[in-house]
Amino acid sequence: MEDKEEFGMFQVRIHGRGGQGVVTAAEMLSIAAFEEGRHAQAFPSFGSERTGAPVVAFCRIADREIRLREPIMEPDALIIQDPTLLHQVDVFAGTKRDAYLLINTTKSFEQLGLADFVRNHSAAHLCTLPATEIALKHVGRPVPNVPLLGGFAALSGLIRLESVVMAINDKFAGKVAAGNIAAATEAFDLVRTKMEETANA
Amino acid sequence: MLKQMEGSRAVAEAVALCRPEVICAYPISPQTHIVEALGELVKDGSLAPCEFINVESEFAAMSVAIGSSAAGARTYTATASQGLLFMAEAVYNASGLGLPIVMTVANRAIGAPINIWNDHTDALSQRDSGWLQMFAETNQEALDLHIQAFRLAEELSLPIMVCMDGFILTHAYERVDMPTQEQVDAYLPRYEPRQVLDPTEPVSIGAMVGPEAFMEVRYLAHAKQMEALKLIPGYAAEFREVFGRESGGLVHTYKADDAETMIVAMGSVLGTIKDVIDEMRDAGHKVGVLGITLFRPFPIAQVRAALQGAQRVVVLEKSLAVGLGGILATNVRMALSALPIDVYTVVAGIGGRPITKRSLHALFRKAEKDDIDPVTFLDLNREVVDKQMARERNTRRSGPAAEAILRDIGAQFGGIAAKVAQEAP
Repeated sequence: MEDKEEFGMFQVRIHGRGGQGVVTAAEMLSIAAFEEGRHAQAFPSFGSERTGAPVVAFCRIADREIRLREPIMEPDALIIQDPTLLHQVDVFAGTKRDAYLLINTTKSFEQLGLADFVRNHSAAHLCTLPATEIALKHVGRPVPNVPLLGGFAALSGLIRLESVVMAINDKFAGKVAAGNIAAATEAFDLVRTKMEETANA
Repeated sequence: MLKQMEGSRAVAEAVALCRPEVICAYPISPQTHIVEALGELVKDGSLAPCEFINVESEFAAMSVAIGSSAAGARTYTATASQGLLFMAEAVYNASGLGLPIVMTVANRAIGAPINIWNDHTDALSQRDSGWLQMFAETNQEALDLHIQAFRLAEELSLPIMVCMDGFILTHAYERVDMPTQEQVDAYLPRYEPRQVLDPTEPVSIGAMVGPEAFMEVRYLAHAKQMEALKLIPGYAAEFREVFGRESGGLVHTYKADDAETMIVAMGSVLGTIKDVIDEMRDAGHKVGVLGITLFRPFPIAQVRAALQGAQRVVVLEKSLAVGLGGILATNVRMALSALPIDVYTVVAGIGGRPITKRSLHALFRKAEKDDIDPVTFLDLNREVVDKQMARERNTRRSGPAAEAILRDIGAQFGGIAAKVAQEAP
């Protein structure tokens, strides 16, 4: 995303569980990208909807019309809303080299047992975020999707925080919207601080 | 106005702009979001006057639609899959009586085995029902086709199915240009029924017709449907004038000039095919695509004109005519009769199996060398099929096939995503 001129197609895959707002996250990401004048396509993995079952949703972002309708098999970015999926689903399948990886957890990549996996990965593209805790604090429910979007905006630079806020206002109203905006903002700031520390390390 | 929204919501808002007076529907995935959104628009008063009728089944949905349309109300409903089959008798009645109902079919597979995912077998099962059938490639086109459908249906006094891929389009968020009420009002005149049940001028609709006139009444249905082939290009041109974009029409070609191999398809898979065609063209392959927007009436002359310069035609369809091969391909063959062109049937994406660029690249490259079977099943897991066939040969009580195959592949319920993740390179 560093070079806007060469922007082809950016593909994001979001993994989570039924009830965590995985599909909504992909939809909101597409709304945020649309607000910035881009084309975006969000779609769910079309599985049966059951609370707790693994769910995948996708979002493509491009500067021209998106015609492709296949699932995202080689993501440029991966958002993992539930770290317990690491032991159940091959969430990293097909991930591009140095893809952005954002995981909802209070732990580090090392503590998750991913030290080897990320050894040669660009450190500037890796981040963990206690999104469930941030959501509980601001929204009162363990729904990590919106703080992860705020964090993703900071990590990738693909979308601005203001666009995420617009997407939140598109989907929610009143107290829920306000809580989610606070959660996204805290997550954005937290990830930006983390990434600055990484860059200076 | 440009908006980023779900396909179902876009269709619901477009239908609302068409000022339907009666909406009757029974929810079934993946159609549900459309009628839910319309229900909300009626309830909050933004779609008025309109009566939203909750019915107890799809059979009732179409029966109510028949009644309200015969009473002179602009009528809309939506369904999918088993729901369409359940209303089938009334579907034939709606067209036989000449009632201009518009119905969205959110295309989904038909069981058994039960499957909620996308393919075209539901709509294509009703191809001879007397309804016109249009297939949308994008959510923008789905939205636009509904507006054109009311106009066309009411002019011909025939019902129309607007078909859009379930989940792939209905549940996808993408950019759409939502027209204004003024634009739709300028394009779509007030409904003037050709026949109406009116107590002040009583008529009966639905006479019993014996051998002395049945053929003539049915011939008229055929002749009337064929009139759509003449009307649609004009309606599409008028649409372009009012709304400022191309939408609808009979067929559309892409990179078809000088193409030696032509791919034919319907619906959202055309987008993926076009991406593949672009890449193959860059590599020097002479391939093009024909997208069929109008499936009924089938635009035989336009299909023939678009394909007659090719050496071979690959019909990629999300449907299976069990015991024959393809449905779309059979129609395309009729359009190409007596021409020296090889036509291949490729059954792809049924039951929601993803149609990937990688598979299409391999398929089209093999097709160019005439190295595919006349009826090809894209990405068929031959090993699993052979195993079950052997089991059935060797064991009298071999048990239910679907369960056995699920055991063999170790599938988790609802495991498409996991499967996609596992199969990724």
